[in-house]
Amino acid sequence: MADAAAPFRIKGETGEWEVVVGLEVHAQVVSNAKLFSGAATAFGAEPNTQVSLVDAAMPGMLPVPNRECIRQAVRTGLALGAKINKWSRFDRKNYFYADLPQGYQISQLYHPLVGEGEVEVLLDDKDETSTKRIGIERIHVEQDAGKLMHDQHPTMSYVDLNRSGVALMEIVSRPDMRSPAEAGAYLRKLRSILRYVGSCDGNMEEGSMRADVNVSVRKPGAEFGTRTETKNVNSVRFVMAVVEHEAKRQVELIESGGTVAQETRLFDPDKGVTRSLRSKEDAHDYRYFPDPDLLPLELDEAFLEDCRKSIPELPDAKRKRYELMGISPYNASVLTAEVETAGWFDALLATDVDPKQASNWTVAELFGALNRRGESMAESPVSPAHAAELLKLVADGTISGTIAKQVFEIMLETGDPASKIVDERGLRQTSDTGAIDAEIDKVLAANADKVAEYKGGKQQLFGFFVGQTMKAMQGKANPQLVNERLRAKLD
Amino acid sequence: MTELTTKTIAELRDGLRGREFTAREVAEAYNEAVSGAKALNAYTVETPTDALAAADTADAARASGDLPSLAGIPLGIKDLFATAGVDTTAGSHILKGFKPPYESTVTANLRKAGAGMLGKLNMDEFAMGSSNETSTYGPVISPWRRKGSNVGLTPGGSSGGSAAAVAALIAPGATGTDTGGSIRQPAAFVGICGIKPTYGRCSRWGIVSFASSLDQAGPMARTVRDCAILLEAMAGFDPKDSTSLDLPVPQWEANLSSNLAGKRVGIPKEYRIDGVPAEINALWDQGIEWLKDAGATPVEISLPHTKYALPTYYIIAPAEASSNLARYDGVRYGLRVEGVKTLDDMYSATRADGFGAEVKRRIMIGTYVLSAGFYDAYFTKAQKVRTLIKQDFAKAFEQCDVILTPTAPSAAFGIGETTDPLAMYLNDVFAVPASLAGLPAMSVPGGLDGQGLPLGLHLIGNELDEQTVLNAGLAIEERAGFTARPEKWW
Repeated sequence: MADAAAPFRIKGETGEWEVVVGLEVHAQVVSNAKLFSGAATAFGAEPNTQVSLVDAAMPGMLPVPNRECIRQAVRTGLALGAKINKWSRFDRKNYFYADLPQGYQISQLYHPLVGEGEVEVLLDDKDETSTKRIGIERIHVEQDAGKLMHDQHPTMSYVDLNRSGVALMEIVSRPDMRSPAEAGAYLRKLRSILRYVGSCDGNMEEGSMRADVNVSVRKPGAEFGTRTETKNVNSVRFVMAVVEHEAKRQVELIESGGTVAQETRLFDPDKGVTRSLRSKEDAHDYRYFPDPDLLPLELDEAFLEDCRKSIPELPDAKRKRYELMGISPYNASVLTAEVETAGWFDALLATDVDPKQASNWTVAELFGALNRRGESMAESPVSPAHAAELLKLVADGTISGTIAKQVFEIMLETGDPASKIVDERGLRQTSDTGAIDAEIDKVLAANADKVAEYKGGKQQLFGFFVGQTMKAMQGKANPQLVNERLRAKLD
Repeated sequence: MTELTTKTIAELRDGLRGREFTAREVAEAYNEAVSGAKALNAYTVETPTDALAAADTADAARASGDLPSLAGIPLGIKDLFATAGVDTTAGSHILKGFKPPYESTVTANLRKAGAGMLGKLNMDEFAMGSSNETSTYGPVISPWRRKGSNVGLTPGGSSGGSAAAVAALIAPGATGTDTGGSIRQPAAFVGICGIKPTYGRCSRWGIVSFASSLDQAGPMARTVRDCAILLEAMAGFDPKDSTSLDLPVPQWEANLSSNLAGKRVGIPKEYRIDGVPAEINALWDQGIEWLKDAGATPVEISLPHTKYALPTYYIIAPAEASSNLARYDGVRYGLRVEGVKTLDDMYSATRADGFGAEVKRRIMIGTYVLSAGFYDAYFTKAQKVRTLIKQDFAKAFEQCDVILTPTAPSAAFGIGETTDPLAMYLNDVFAVPASLAGLPAMSVPGGLDGQGLPLGLHLIGNELDEQTVLNAGLAIEERAGFTARPEKWW
């Protein structure tokens, strides 16, 4: 990994350039109903089955704000340490498109629900000092549009309004990021926080989270350059690719005598490039004005208090708590990155295991196994209770670490608890010195030449004798006793 | 049975309860009158079976005794209200043939109160107009004529069909909507009563939007009492409309009283404007006398920003309309012009063909005033002036309880006579300030002008105080003794 402290620079013919990045993240609010109608919001339903009269903009239909959507946006703001505006208002953004039944999107331009906040990102998991604060300018709530389907008919496009009116939060960052890595870290952290809060499922493949990426370049320390906005980028990797590509493109353009046009661009994930969608001259005049169908949104203290109380422990706080328990910064960072992992690990900690050992085992053994099996934490066949039992069997000497690995493999396959596996297969560790001595004697007798070498000074052969003894006892011997008895016989 | 159509709603209600006639007889009388009045072009759709069904329900319920307030009363419904399964077109070609699968809250409330529907009433396209001439169905012809003339007159607008139907005895009452005078000006032109309640009293859910911050439904009927009865049934909190007022509906009819002792009537000096016929100012003075006679005290008040009301209205209403009418795009319902290549072409062709000239004019005005670079100069400024106008009224109501003005600056004019849009907009000069302030306001007939045409008096009340407006209206009604009816020519 590159040194996180070293600034990211693009080397041009005229010297080094700095990239300036701001993200507008559209996050779909987790809610059973849409922002202004009672229609359902489940992903993947048959086209036009989740559409109310309001969503289809039938004549005379009126929007009514959904309290739960507002609550989720406020909770998100609180989790980002942002200012919650007790008075906010909805505006109409007017434009014509077939996926926009009203002919306007209800959004919040002039008075957003959430004001300034910030996100702290860790640029290097292993270095606690590699933090950077990325400013949040605002969060507003708005309606999503429907979806056009161009592949259903030779000459016509079809419209699916299931998504029309679904609540989105637009989370607008300050132009505080200076590299693809920072943009990636910010987006990952934001996603993590939203998923902790439960206000967005963060599912970028399904479009629950997508980013508009604003990129400009400048000579370090100079004024901001002209920015381009690349729309609807739907993965962390793509966001990083957009920053990388746009920065290089802009530097090459400027250095070859051109100027960057303020324009909207699209990312082509297949080619890894961005291309122009429309220029500023073609930009819509959205004619924003306060939506006269809606009253200003006024939040009272009781509502805010209810929102505050519902915020769970967030990743940074959890990470710090883990570190105080003696868990390494790296493990703490990995264990808290995803809400499911943290939830699983919290459940494990609640069983009174040794935190450090538990974290090492989880990160090394469990993560390794799940990766190998292509499973997520939510799909883990091993529950925290079963894992706790396994760790305890090792800690109290019932099984050895080697046997524990075998037991764990069987747990992954069968889902059985560790004790059942140990009992049924006779894997219990033996501390019977008689049996151990007998095996040691056999091993030493069979390897007389090596015994001689050892006694001649080749100390590293000690491990060989331990290994042979353990192997002879199918790993069930108490390793500490094997060590003790071997030393007694050899030294 | 024609005499049944001369009865007020209160008389029909009491007569039904007193078994003087059946609801079916009432519905049949009206259905016959409606089908015989096609020359007025008041109805766009006739629904006689609907009226009969409600009547039969009422007659059956009458046996058991307990009748809801409007049991068996057939009403005309402005075409702006969504009526389930019945054409709802807002007088526009772009919605021709549109039958909503839903019923507006206001008409649902009326049905719950037992009312039937005679049909849908003609109106200016999307309620934009003051003469009913912008309707895709052609103008409504007023039942009134100037003395000794055959010239067709406008019933006013935009609720022109509602006004003409009530005045011509082809509906005992009708729903109207008022954005900047669309209930009150036509009521004045045809010699009936019409009240626009406080903004938020009636749910806007299911009413085709014109300008959301101004649109308000209200009743049009032949008497003040009938307006009170209808408004009680129409009003009420509706969680489906965010701007609906969460307040109980007052018992306006039970509290009707023409005794105005202790009430102060504000007379705004700014409403004495140039170019208003002397007859109208004379009627205004007469109105002051009538209210004094009822016990009220006239006080001169000032509404200093009155002269900015009309320009303010003609920025805010078109701005909201330009956005509200964006949904008529040919994609999901209503008209779609086919045979074009691109989506943009479909929009252009559909909207060019679907909207009439006045609607296009207002969409263009509204789009302009919301555009980048003009927004602050027009829309923001207009919003500020609107606040000042509201404050004018708030201050005035510290000095008075109700305000009296003329309803319109002229009597009804001939169809085709007013072609200049600005001259047309002036019709609402007295009506618009109360709309911008969201206040209850009512037109009550005061008398006839020299040509034999009705003139109305206009009462503006404080927020939520429909009762004082109705009571002052009742006091005028009792004293004006307005019984004139148009001579039947159709």
